[in-house]
Amino acid sequence: MADTERRRPDPDRLLKQVEAEERNTSQGHLKIFLGYASGVGKSLRMLDEGRRRKLRGQDVVIAATQACASPEAQQIIDSMEVIPPSCVNGIPAIDMDALLRRHPSVCLIDGLAYRNPPGSKHPQRWQDVEELRKAGISVITSINIQYIAERQLEIERIRGKSVSDSVPESFIQTADEIEVVDATPEYCATRSIEGDEQRQLSELREIALVLAADVVDHQLEEYLQHQGSTQVYGAQERILVCVTPRSSAREMIHRARRQADRFHGDLYVVYVEQDGLNEADQRLIRENLDYAHEAKARVELLSGDDPTEAILDFASKHGVTQIFVGHSNQNGWAGRLRANPVERLIMEADGIDVRVFPNETVNA
Amino acid sequence: MPDREKGKLRILLGYAAGVGKTYRMLEEAQQAKRAGRDVVVGYFEPHGRKDTIAKTEGLEIVPRRKIDYRGREFEEMDTDAILRRNPELCAVDEFPHTNIPGSARSKRWEDVMVLIDAGIDVLTTMNIQHLESLNDQIREITGVAVRETIPDWVVKQAEEVVLIDLPPRALLNRLQRGVIYGTEKAQRALDNFFKEPALAALREMALRQTAHEVEIRQGEENVRSHHTEPEVRERILIHVTESPASVGLIRRGRRVADYLKADCFAVGVMPSPDPIALEQHLEFARKLHIETRVLEGRNAAETLVDFARRNAVTQIFLSKPPKRQFPFLGARNVAMDVVRLAKDRQVTVVAERNKAVG
Repeated sequence: MADTERRRPDPDRLLKQVEAEERNTSQGHLKIFLGYASGVGKSLRMLDEGRRRKLRGQDVVIAATQACASPEAQQIIDSMEVIPPSCVNGIPAIDMDALLRRHPSVCLIDGLAYRNPPGSKHPQRWQDVEELRKAGISVITSINIQYIAERQLEIERIRGKSVSDSVPESFIQTADEIEVVDATPEYCATRSIEGDEQRQLSELREIALVLAADVVDHQLEEYLQHQGSTQVYGAQERILVCVTPRSSAREMIHRARRQADRFHGDLYVVYVEQDGLNEADQRLIRENLDYAHEAKARVELLSGDDPTEAILDFASKHGVTQIFVGHSNQNGWAGRLRANPVERLIMEADGIDVRVFPNETVNA
Repeated sequence: MPDREKGKLRILLGYAAGVGKTYRMLEEAQQAKRAGRDVVVGYFEPHGRKDTIAKTEGLEIVPRRKIDYRGREFEEMDTDAILRRNPELCAVDEFPHTNIPGSARSKRWEDVMVLIDAGIDVLTTMNIQHLESLNDQIREITGVAVRETIPDWVVKQAEEVVLIDLPPRALLNRLQRGVIYGTEKAQRALDNFFKEPALAALREMALRQTAHEVEIRQGEENVRSHHTEPEVRERILIHVTESPASVGLIRRGRRVADYLKADCFAVGVMPSPDPIALEQHLEFARKLHIETRVLEGRNAAETLVDFARRNAVTQIFLSKPPKRQFPFLGARNVAMDVVRLAKDRQVTVVAERNKAVG
């Protein structure tokens, strides 16, 4: 591969990676089937994977099933070993003691977001899964996007109703594998759905796909850094906006936010600190950075004698795919002989698009 | 009799051979049949996979058409036979396939469009690497130049795009067990295309593309944005030249325009040192449904900027000049001249994305 477009490894991240790796060697593997609605087919896919693993000779048991299984699902359940749930006040929960004694190599747990009855070993089922993995048991499980804690506000806004159970996204991120179970809304509904509900489901579907893409991106990055590779794939758009006192920063940030949203990408806003700014310019910069925060950009102040170099360094470290910058005001006869900073940025930004914006003061 | 309504297109999108597209296609065909629909299989590629072949049981398969080409016999989908049979739903594997010369149409997607026009619903499969606008990025990720591509506007015709997902490790396990190819071919595949990070990157692109396809089908009013005021529609001008870099520039411009829902046109300036290459690039743009124009002007940069101002272009797309022209004492570069001249416009200088191989 080319030696351009390299990302520099960050020592802190490398250390974190090594630690994660050490945790992983003795831990059970976690695979999650992620869907955006019930009826999309998560349970069946999960059970089918268990069935196929058993056929290949793995020691697989079922530790939790949904209250009402489809006939196809029930057929698989009947063909496999099931650890019966324990009951507290008539509410079922995974029988952790029995499961740990049995110690299979793989266990299937349908419905990761489940609140255990009071008096259980752990209040939440995902904590059971954590313990099973620590004990070296691999877990295959399923979850519906609406139970992921960090997404709940957004999903409540779309659906207009809330759910009480939740699993933290950080736990989802510890999964070795996440598989998306995708289907169109009509496909997973047992009755005909229309208009509003269809749109709601379609929005949830989009959230699930983007969430999975983000997890993949995150894992890919960690994998590459762990391998000591600094290759950048650019599968996710990352936009970097460079603000200066002269640039029309609001316009750039606004456009960048919109583009990042459309591409489901990341947005960074940087300012390369400069000496000798007058008070008005300093205030302008502050206002623009505040605006960047409001637009949910990741904002950073950079320093360095050579602003172009500082920006390129940041871009390379963060796998940036597009840089937004204001037009240069240097245009005199000297500019004919020497590249201005924007031209240098364009020439030296390997594999990165540079979008140059009109400045506020310029008129055609 | 009134014209029969157009058929609906449903695309099952994957990111590599072996993720389960064909299997899922046949499974859905079976379900449709059980639901009482009139279903045929127009084309499917068994790849010698037992599970997949078993899935065709009970489905009507329209026999393939045999074509003689240079003394050898090839088989293609028999579009005419499907039209005569006139089912409600037809399953067609490998949407991006290129037909053998001598076929009525050069691409299978063109055959599919004929079926759709005749009112037949089509269920088909493709991988993300066949999407035209991602061609350069894919080549950078995999090191493989994909030749069988589908223009983005064709995928847009689909009523639905559904992701067929499988984590790369599971895919690699399948390969090693010889499920996808025979073991010998599998080893070659493992050595080449099927590298885990590359697969992860392709998978990520397929996930994001599906999310995008879902979003654009939700309708204009529903696009999630932090700003609610109506946006001025952007107009993107792509500067096409005789340089081979124009191809990547056109793809990138098309992709950005699609995502921003912007108008997009491609412009070449004559005289050109290689008018034939320039015309080929403009033709490529037209294939991607980009309107083209040819302007006359001794100074290409001035001609472009003048055109952009007169036509309310908001953004000019240019290729990055080759490095050896820098610093450009004397010999000026069109892209850099445009950056200097068009201070009242947005100018995007697009970097090459397939350097890895080029």
